[in-house]
Amino acid sequence: MKATVIDEKDNVAVVLGAVKAGEEITWVKGGAPFTAPALRDVPVYHKIATAQIPKGQPVVKYGEHIGIAAEDIQVGDYVHVHNVLNNREEL
Amino acid sequence: MNFLGYRRSDGRVGIRNKVLILPASVCAADTARIVASQVQETVTFHNQNGCSQVPSDMELTMDVMAGFAANPNIYGTIVISLGCEGCQMDLVVEAIQKRTNKPLRQFIIQEEGGTISTAEKAVRAAREMVQEASLLKREEFPVSELILGTECGGSDMTSGLASNPLIGHTCDKLVDLGGTAVLSETTEFIGAEHILARRGRTPEIQARIYDIVHRYEAALKLVGEDPRGGNPSPGNIAGGLTTLEEKSLGCIHKGGHRPVEEVYDYAKQMEPGKGLVIMDTPGNDPSSVAGMVAGGAQIVVFSTGRGTPTGNPVAPVIKITANPLTYGKMKDNIDVDASVLLDHPEEMEAVASALLSEVVGTANGKLTKSEALGFYEMAIARVCNYV
Repeated sequence: MKATVIDEKDNVAVVLGAVKAGEEITWVKGGAPFTAPALRDVPVYHKIATAQIPKGQPVVKYGEHIGIAAEDIQVGDYVHVHNVLNNREEL
Repeated sequence: MNFLGYRRSDGRVGIRNKVLILPASVCAADTARIVASQVQETVTFHNQNGCSQVPSDMELTMDVMAGFAANPNIYGTIVISLGCEGCQMDLVVEAIQKRTNKPLRQFIIQEEGGTISTAEKAVRAAREMVQEASLLKREEFPVSELILGTECGGSDMTSGLASNPLIGHTCDKLVDLGGTAVLSETTEFIGAEHILARRGRTPEIQARIYDIVHRYEAALKLVGEDPRGGNPSPGNIAGGLTTLEEKSLGCIHKGGHRPVEEVYDYAKQMEPGKGLVIMDTPGNDPSSVAGMVAGGAQIVVFSTGRGTPTGNPVAPVIKITANPLTYGKMKDNIDVDASVLLDHPEEMEAVASALLSEVVGTANGKLTKSEALGFYEMAIARVCNYV
């Protein structure tokens, strides 16, 4: 299944169809193709990690921080409310 | 990159050449409609406001009226007022003349002797004005003269995923060519205003971005609404949105990646050649589009997931969807199918170049689908109820 990376700084991608655990996910980032197996089932238009995101580090989409990892997140893992915390940043 | 437009006496460049029949209040709207229906190449709209408004609301209405008259797509304006409304004729004329020196005529229904007497004179004046306008020829201008409004409405997952980023890349291209792109919809900034504020060119602009968001939230709290509570909604989360930052970034992304050079209040006059700017508008589509057009935007790009009919009396609105099912169902209303980006995000640069070409083609005179269908949806933002 294909996944879309919106910004080159992102560490997540949006899957373009429903994905079953173990299924190969492919994405393009910075002009280079990548592939990884999904670690869990992921619904259509939800996010997978395209890089390791250690606990406490920012989850990046649109090139910006959308939250922080609540646990260590592996490449191919499902990224959503179960493993991302809101973290309001001030200027 | 150049387009073919109309040079106005105030120095601005338009992409349409219409005469505006401007009702100063709701009480003049039907007379204005009758006048516009008699003369080709005129436009009008149903003005719901113009009377019984608190001063801050009256200012919004005045700015939209003056801004529509000053928008360079308009050759000249015929103002029609009832006579006793809050937006008095002399105030409307003064507001227009502060923004532009283009042709202007005025008729007051209570002084002319009712609708039919007013219409007789105003139709004749309109006929003269459209004939003068028809003598103008299009000339070549650089795209740096364009002010491009952006809007999203009827959004779905494809909006944040593809069509809003597409508009953002197109804005980047226009800004890099010296043009102006307008990011609007303050309600959609809430939750990501700290991220947007970082992109302000100066500390003053950064503070202004916080100010317009806080002001909007304060106004909503007066009627017991909390835009942060329950957001993202359960439906958003089921759709894949994890945080409010992510939801708001999906909207903000249609402004592209350049620094924010200015923050304008609703319907205030913008300058060409500014780069990326913000206008404080509601998320509501017709009133947000109206604010940007009143600010001088000659053209608007509008992303939709579900499909909307939105047009505007003064500026063409190019509608885009990245949802192939929506394009299939709504192609009578939607101009651009960007669904190739779902499967081929690597095509972004090429699709953005094509969208910029569509913007230039529309500037050159190609009618949008909403123009061809005569869609003139119109709303003016308001602070509170009528008095």
